Amino acid sequence: MGIFEAILLTVITAATPLVLAAVGELVTERSGVLNLGVEGMMIMGAACAFIATQMTGSPYVGILAGIASGALFSLLFGFLTLTLVANQVATGLALTILGLGVSGMIGEAYVGQSGIKLPQIVFPVLSDIPFLGALLFKQDLIFYLSIAVVVGVNWFLFRSRAGLKLRSVGDSHASAHALGINVIRMRYLAVMFGGACAGLAGAQLSLVYTPQWVENMSAGRGWIALALVVFASWRPWRVVAGGYLFGAVSISQLHAQAFGIGIPSQFLSALPYLATIVVLILISHNRRTTLINTPASLGKPFVPDR
Amino acid sequence: MKKILFALATTAAVIGFSAAASAADKAKVCFVYVGSKTDGGWTQAHDLGRQELEKALGDKVETQFLENVPEGPDAERAIERLARSGCGLIFTTSFGFMDATVKIAAKFPDVKFEHATGYKTAPNLATYNSRFYEGRYIQGQIAAKISQKGIAGYIASFPIPEVVMGINSFVTGARTINPDFKIKVVWANTWFDPGKEADAAKALIDQGVDVLTQHTDTTAPMQVAAERGIKAFGQASDMIKAGPQTQLTAIVDTWGAYYIKRTQAFLDGKWETTSSWDGLKDGILTMAPYTNMPDDVKALAEATEAKIRSGELKPFTGPLKKQDGSEWLKAGESSDDGTLLGMNFYVEGVDDKLPQ
Repeated sequence: MGIFEAILLTVITAATPLVLAAVGELVTERSGVLNLGVEGMMIMGAACAFIATQMTGSPYVGILAGIASGALFSLLFGFLTLTLVANQVATGLALTILGLGVSGMIGEAYVGQSGIKLPQIVFPVLSDIPFLGALLFKQDLIFYLSIAVVVGVNWFLFRSRAGLKLRSVGDSHASAHALGINVIRMRYLAVMFGGACAGLAGAQLSLVYTPQWVENMSAGRGWIALALVVFASWRPWRVVAGGYLFGAVSISQLHAQAFGIGIPSQFLSALPYLATIVVLILISHNRRTTLINTPASLGKPFVPDR
Repeated sequence: MKKILFALATTAAVIGFSAAASAADKAKVCFVYVGSKTDGGWTQAHDLGRQELEKALGDKVETQFLENVPEGPDAERAIERLARSGCGLIFTTSFGFMDATVKIAAKFPDVKFEHATGYKTAPNLATYNSRFYEGRYIQGQIAAKISQKGIAGYIASFPIPEVVMGINSFVTGARTINPDFKIKVVWANTWFDPGKEADAAKALIDQGVDVLTQHTDTTAPMQVAAERGIKAFGQASDMIKAGPQTQLTAIVDTWGAYYIKRTQAFLDGKWETTSSWDGLKDGILTMAPYTNMPDDVKALAEATEAKIRSGELKPFTGPLKKQDGSEWLKAGESSDDGTLLGMNFYVEGVDDKLPQ
């Protein structure tokens, strides 16, 4: 295995949770809801996925637990912001703090246990393709799911009728309501999809990235995912580009350090953030298309007048 | 959640106060932790020390702790609350609590304070630290024996003297066995991020190191080493569970002995301000069992450990050169503690440029 291939394999592992969480949040935001609780949902997913895996011995049950816990946890956010019309920013922040605390509590007994790593699914024949085979066809289920989710979300948002409705809810909930679309139900579903994706991203952390549980192990990845959505101007494939670019620069800077090239490590550590922001701003610098893509009702509460 | 736990802890502190006031011959000893007591590393080691203290002194002592206390203004409030609630002796267990501890110590002259890894003292404020680098010297020797390629990977946190000292000690130890031994250093710029630590481990292994050591807090690098089939060293706690076939040994922080000694002095009315910097011989750090290595390497490690304990061997003893080739210590000359505590240069053999 060449060093380049080794780097790319590490990049894929590092980028997958970012892409998953960001695509989920993208759908939530496209419906007009700003959920800052990604970090909290992600860490809940990581804790529940790990606990379920340790209890049943099956990482696949762990994946389901991660998805379910993320979705359930986001339901709390949905209830507070959509039904009780609480402030979305404050509720999202509270969700993150709550998630970090609750996951630490339920996971306390599992700290230090060695986890079960999610096995690779090897596609026969395809995995023998030189170079690409090992990268794309010898991965774990969550990686394949992340690609499927991006393709699916892209199709759903821009090619399906339901996706059009969801975007209309995000752009002008009053007009959508007047057209007879159930705004609140649509937003509930979008919030839960975002939660499920964040939970799956968390499961990747505790089952693939580092198969273990420690408190606060998401270490800010939820916030990076949130930023990716904005800098990718709410377009799914740009989220993928941003996530992989971030992963690539993060891993390359570690390799650069190990080579001993003599650039200050503090600068190298900041590089992934700088590079990702600059590139995403460049690819989405067209103001008109950015305006079109920004959900106009983002963060605004909707109270149907009866 | 943390806020709620914090509030509960504070309430417990108030209740504890009435209990302490009625029993005068009992010491109330309090601890401030920067992390969670189950972090598997730094804070867990301090909490094990607290439990040992309770066991050793029985009903002569009552302990209390606040966990997940952020460094900064929150720390000041946490320490002040403990001081008000009747704690006689307060241990603040992170470098970042230094200024907060100094401030509160000045406000409460009757309460005794001890700050870990800091350098500021007062009549009622002592400092304590551990000579972790002694363990790293032994690790360096083991690495040089085990490594086929003569190159080790080192995952570092922040370029502070404590960490630089560890790197230098590791290399110095390794070079007593293999004068050409080299290490590659990767700075994670974090104490705690399992994902990033794992990435750093993968990067180092992909670049050909065949033994790994870390100065960050999680077991993620140990797991990666296990997966890739190379050997590694644990940090702060015994990490053998994360790599039963992988861990060679680990530097285990064992603060219990110190906590017992100081609390006993406090009970006897003999507590004084000290700046304690103990090592292997005082039992403030111990080496996890030497595992997954041939018997002769194990014997060598044990012999070195014994020599450090007896004081016969000091890790930083000349002839030693700095990275740029200039002379640091002449033959037979040992470094003074001041130089170590402010260490901002590499010794020869480190394949990295020190971030300034």
